[in-house]
Amino acid sequence: MSTQPPPRTARRGAVLVAALVALLGLPLAACGGSGSGSDSGSGSSGQSPAAQAPAKTLTVSAAASLTEVYQSLGQQFQAANPGVTVKFNFGGSDQLAQQVVQGAPADVLATASPTTMQTAVAAGKIQGDPLIYATNKLQIAVAPNNPKQITSLADLNKPGVTSVVCAPAVPCGAAATAAEKAANVTLKPVSEEQDVKGVLTRVETGNADGGLVYVTDVKSAAGKVAGVDFPQASAKGVTQTYPIGVVTGSADPQLAQSWVSFVTGPQGKAALTQAGFATK
Amino acid sequence: MTGERSDPLVGTSRLAADVTVVRGSFELEVSLEVAAGEVVAVLGSNGAGKSTLLGALAGLYRPSRGEIVLGERTLSSPSETVPVHRRRIGLLSQQALLFPHLSALDNVAFGPRSTGSGRGNARRTAERWLAEVDAGALAGRRPAQLSGGQAQRVAIARALACEPELLMLDEPFAALDVDATPAVRSLVRRVVRATGVTTLVVTHDVLDAVVLADRIVVLDAGRVVESGTTTDVLTRPRSAFAARIAGLDLVPGRSRADGLVTAEGTVVAGTHPEPVDDGERAVALFAPASVAVFREEPGGSPRTALRVRLAALEPHGELVRLRASPVPGGPEWVEGLAADVTPAAIAELGVEPGDEVWFAVKAAEVTVHPAGR
Amino acid sequence: MSGVPRFLWVPAVLAWLLVAVPVVGLVVRVDLSNFVSLVTSDAALAALWLSLKTGLATMVCCLVLGGPLAVVLARSHLPGLPFIRSVVLLPLVLPPVVGGLTLLFLLGRTGPVGAFLYDRFDITVPFSTTAVVLAQTFVAMPFLVVSLEGSLRTAGERYEAVAATLGASPVTTLWRVTIPVVLPGLLSGSVLAFARALGEFGATITFAGSLQGTTRTLPLLIYLQSQDDIDGAVAMSLVLVVVAILVIVVSRTRDVR
Repeated sequence: MSTQPPPRTARRGAVLVAALVALLGLPLAACGGSGSGSDSGSGSSGQSPAAQAPAKTLTVSAAASLTEVYQSLGQQFQAANPGVTVKFNFGGSDQLAQQVVQGAPADVLATASPTTMQTAVAAGKIQGDPLIYATNKLQIAVAPNNPKQITSLADLNKPGVTSVVCAPAVPCGAAATAAEKAANVTLKPVSEEQDVKGVLTRVETGNADGGLVYVTDVKSAAGKVAGVDFPQASAKGVTQTYPIGVVTGSADPQLAQSWVSFVTGPQGKAALTQAGFATK
Repeated sequence: MTGERSDPLVGTSRLAADVTVVRGSFELEVSLEVAAGEVVAVLGSNGAGKSTLLGALAGLYRPSRGEIVLGERTLSSPSETVPVHRRRIGLLSQQALLFPHLSALDNVAFGPRSTGSGRGNARRTAERWLAEVDAGALAGRRPAQLSGGQAQRVAIARALACEPELLMLDEPFAALDVDATPAVRSLVRRVVRATGVTTLVVTHDVLDAVVLADRIVVLDAGRVVESGTTTDVLTRPRSAFAARIAGLDLVPGRSRADGLVTAEGTVVAGTHPEPVDDGERAVALFAPASVAVFREEPGGSPRTALRVRLAALEPHGELVRLRASPVPGGPEWVEGLAADVTPAAIAELGVEPGDEVWFAVKAAEVTVHPAGR
Repeated sequence: MSGVPRFLWVPAVLAWLLVAVPVVGLVVRVDLSNFVSLVTSDAALAALWLSLKTGLATMVCCLVLGGPLAVVLARSHLPGLPFIRSVVLLPLVLPPVVGGLTLLFLLGRTGPVGAFLYDRFDITVPFSTTAVVLAQTFVAMPFLVVSLEGSLRTAGERYEAVAATLGASPVTTLWRVTIPVVLPGLLSGSVLAFARALGEFGATITFAGSLQGTTRTLPLLIYLQSQDDIDGAVAMSLVLVVVAILVIVVSRTRDVR
């Protein structure tokens, strides 16, 4: 009996430490959760060791919604410019703009909203005026063949229809809120997701009947969901616009500028259109 | 179980067990009877099967054969097994194992509470039993605040407060300080005698058997090798095993201030390690090696000298063991007393069987203990 | 502490700093002027309340389900016990998101159990506060089970055996001996499960979604706010740290007694 207390106290101490770790483990868990695809494509796969031209590296910080398009454009760009390696840093627009302001090495910044781009412009981190080259529209993602017959935003409030949207704090949520306003509808979502892919997954897995996502997301889902257009998607503040600009202090402004021209040129437009973006 | 009785006596029942218990490669096969109110000591060395026997009686191990009957109830047979908590067998082991979250009083009240007594009754029962073991003042203490001896007292009260039909003591003093042992042992003796509860003491310490038991059962390798009254087994062991674990000289009598007086008036001078009232039944114990042998009656320092006839000389390790028998007209109890002396001393004395000699032992070598009936 | 070999000090101090410094960094980063308004916004209060509510519910679920499981693991002699135990420990090593996905595939509207519930009873488990508690219980249960099973094994069956000889039935023994004897382990296991539930993020967001007042717990709100309102996120993080410290202080008080 007399031997009991010391080990018990010691064990309890260990338990307390573990409790603290469990609590403080939250930020780590949060980071782990956020990492879904943010830098999935940092290297370009088609690295041709063509040594005839001097090796150059172009670093592009781009919004996560551009991942697929930019990766395929990157390969085309490398093929056209031997010796150049394009490295991507995909992430949330706000995060990327903050990184550029803080001096993170990047040659090109391509965000998913003018607001986020403005952060970098205001800090004097963008050469000249950023160029708006693409737009993305909201669509209602529904199960293939639209079993619940959803044709408008108001339909998402029908009894028996479960809807999901992005949280207002993130860009796709802000767009959704603006669309609701334009349609004079207040949605009652069962969940406000952290990002648009979260919304798409809910619909894909059949846990929600409808969700507000971008056209590009519906395209990327490759048939697992269908997209329903609605008129308010073209309203002011609903459509998402994509600005691009060369970062001040780029090691190779010319190369950076040629990427901008490439993306906004015919090849870029083709790829963007194919992915569901509208181009200018 | 009523728990409402006002008299502090617990029920007495006869125990009859005839079982085989198999644990791994060890097999215990015993037939054991304890009369109602009798105190039996089971002696044996480690691995003799003592714990297995207790476990089987308590209901922790299921016998592969045989029956255990306590009073009117069959506790275990091939067709039925009474679960541990319905056996009404109290168990006191080496460790007091008082529940650490309960006060001494609540520990003692635990049994009565568990068997249906109301809070108030259980409390009164517990207070009575704590007083019975001279631990009334400890009622409010937590087990962590008790010494080993105090904890063991409370554990005794706790075991008895359930009014068991059989009390089992498993090496009850083995974990106590040497200093605390005599007092707790005489307390157990007093309480067991006062309640008259049927008791089984399992021990490897001969002294426990001497002080507590009426009868000794010697267990070796899972079998009963010897059984008899305490005096018989200890003074005239019939099995080699009993002889080895006993090997003490023992003189029965009644206690007096300077030692012990036998029935016919011989005084054996000795000390009392535990309190014994004058005139109480007692035994004097001493080691054969502390006995000196003389041809003429010795004098000098306080010692006891007994006139005996040599019955036998046996080799005993490097010594020679001399066995005593009564001289004509002398006391019968000297039968079997042993003295261990060196071969050189034998040669010097020039003794042989049939000679009359004096066995002498100093008072300091003799301890007097209260004895069974 | 003279018995501590000297070379252990450097890693020991580093280990301590690894935990302490980021917490200090967080505290330093807090926007004190707006702190009160940041943490008392509707969204913040709703999240805090939801976190405490679901954390307590999780603790109760862990006790009611994990407690008996710990007793079975510690006391029974079932064959395949090591296998059963390793399944229980799975959430400790799995990323919580995986836990959320498994729950979603089981209880989501298209999952085998979820489809049944939806078709038969019109019950949708995801997106509900129940789903939050389920997700939190999934990740927090092992903490209680491990802690309690350890206590049960340390205590051993000696006291229970004694209680039986005193006439206590197995049920009485459980309530009056086993539980009180392992109470410290039970309490620390519960505190641990509660703490883990408070910090739970991945399984919750995957399985339960995120909606203010229903499923958006404090960690979900912090992550959401970190996207556009870092000051708010930092302030809420501090609240979570304070709650953690409170939990520790409460347990400490019990320790001293």
